[in-house]
Amino acid sequence: MSMFKKGEKKEMPAIASGSLSDIVFMLLFFFMVTTQMRETENKVVIRIPQATEAVKLERKDLASYINVGTPIRRLQAQFGTEPRIQLNDSFKTVDDIRDFVAAERDSKKEDERQKMTVCIRADQDVRMGTITDIKQELRRCSALKIMYTARKGQ
Amino acid sequence: MAKKTPAINSSSTADIAFLLLCYFLMTTTMGSQTGLSRRLPPMPDPNQKVEDQKVNRRNIILVKINSADRIFAGSEPIDITQLKDRIKIFITNPADSPNLPAKEVKEIKGIGNRNVTKAVISLQNDRGTSYDAYIAVQNELVKAINELRNEASMREFGKALSALNEDQQKAIKDLVPPQISEAEPKDVGKSRR
Repeated sequence: MSMFKKGEKKEMPAIASGSLSDIVFMLLFFFMVTTQMRETENKVVIRIPQATEAVKLERKDLASYINVGTPIRRLQAQFGTEPRIQLNDSFKTVDDIRDFVAAERDSKKEDERQKMTVCIRADQDVRMGTITDIKQELRRCSALKIMYTARKGQ
Repeated sequence: MAKKTPAINSSSTADIAFLLLCYFLMTTTMGSQTGLSRRLPPMPDPNQKVEDQKVNRRNIILVKINSADRIFAGSEPIDITQLKDRIKIFITNPADSPNLPAKEVKEIKGIGNRNVTKAVISLQNDRGTSYDAYIAVQNELVKAINELRNEASMREFGKALSALNEDQQKAIKDLVPPQISEAEPKDVGKSRR
């Protein structure tokens, strides 16, 4: 009991806030290191389908992305509302996938090229015809490791 | 005499750092990519004859999705909720029925001789199938295989598949090998577009 009474009489010492900035800087560096800037701007609307069995992509740095979906509203006047393929930053056709894959492959380290994964990020309303065309083209350029991007959970 | 320089007020560094922190918090994409991994079959050599593709008919189940997103397993229509169990029965063939896949005895590293199924799941879709339905079916197929592997793992090692080490996981994969083959695209029925 006496312990508490003693405390009451004393004035509360101010909390030293000098180390606060150090802590925050530490957090800051953590996020700076782990952050990955989005390199490409999404030009298509993608609502990713859900799947309970979705697994994590092992090597994010070895992935390249093919986006498929309807153009965003701002671009609909120009590109229409039909699903389009977006590679990097622009709308492309299936025929451009070959060059895209070749360029992506070149950007990876030589011994890891075999592990390159192509992520197909497609909107859930896209028709499989488009996806099948992409798959066939990928097979033709022997980029066989693919992943259908899906959200985990029900 | 020169005055003593007053200490620089450093209390705002925390604010500045917070601001930067918030910026990086907003722009960061920590959410790792998830999805269903698949391996596409290599493009067949046009000069090569198609003969090694022959698989005994009892070993193959054809899962079709038509342009109206209706699912057919074998040849009868099936609901997506029943698909997983249908696939599991097909793969395990519990009654050793002659219509369901054959099994062969194989030696598996670390376990011994076991019956290994020869089942193949072939997935076919139409050009008009929606991506959503396709992913849903893929998901069910993967789920069926994952559950079977988990059961096998419980049976052989008494542990869940995720708790096994790499060699054991590989053994389980050899024990329950079925792979989903994405068949050559074919137009099933009339396509919408």
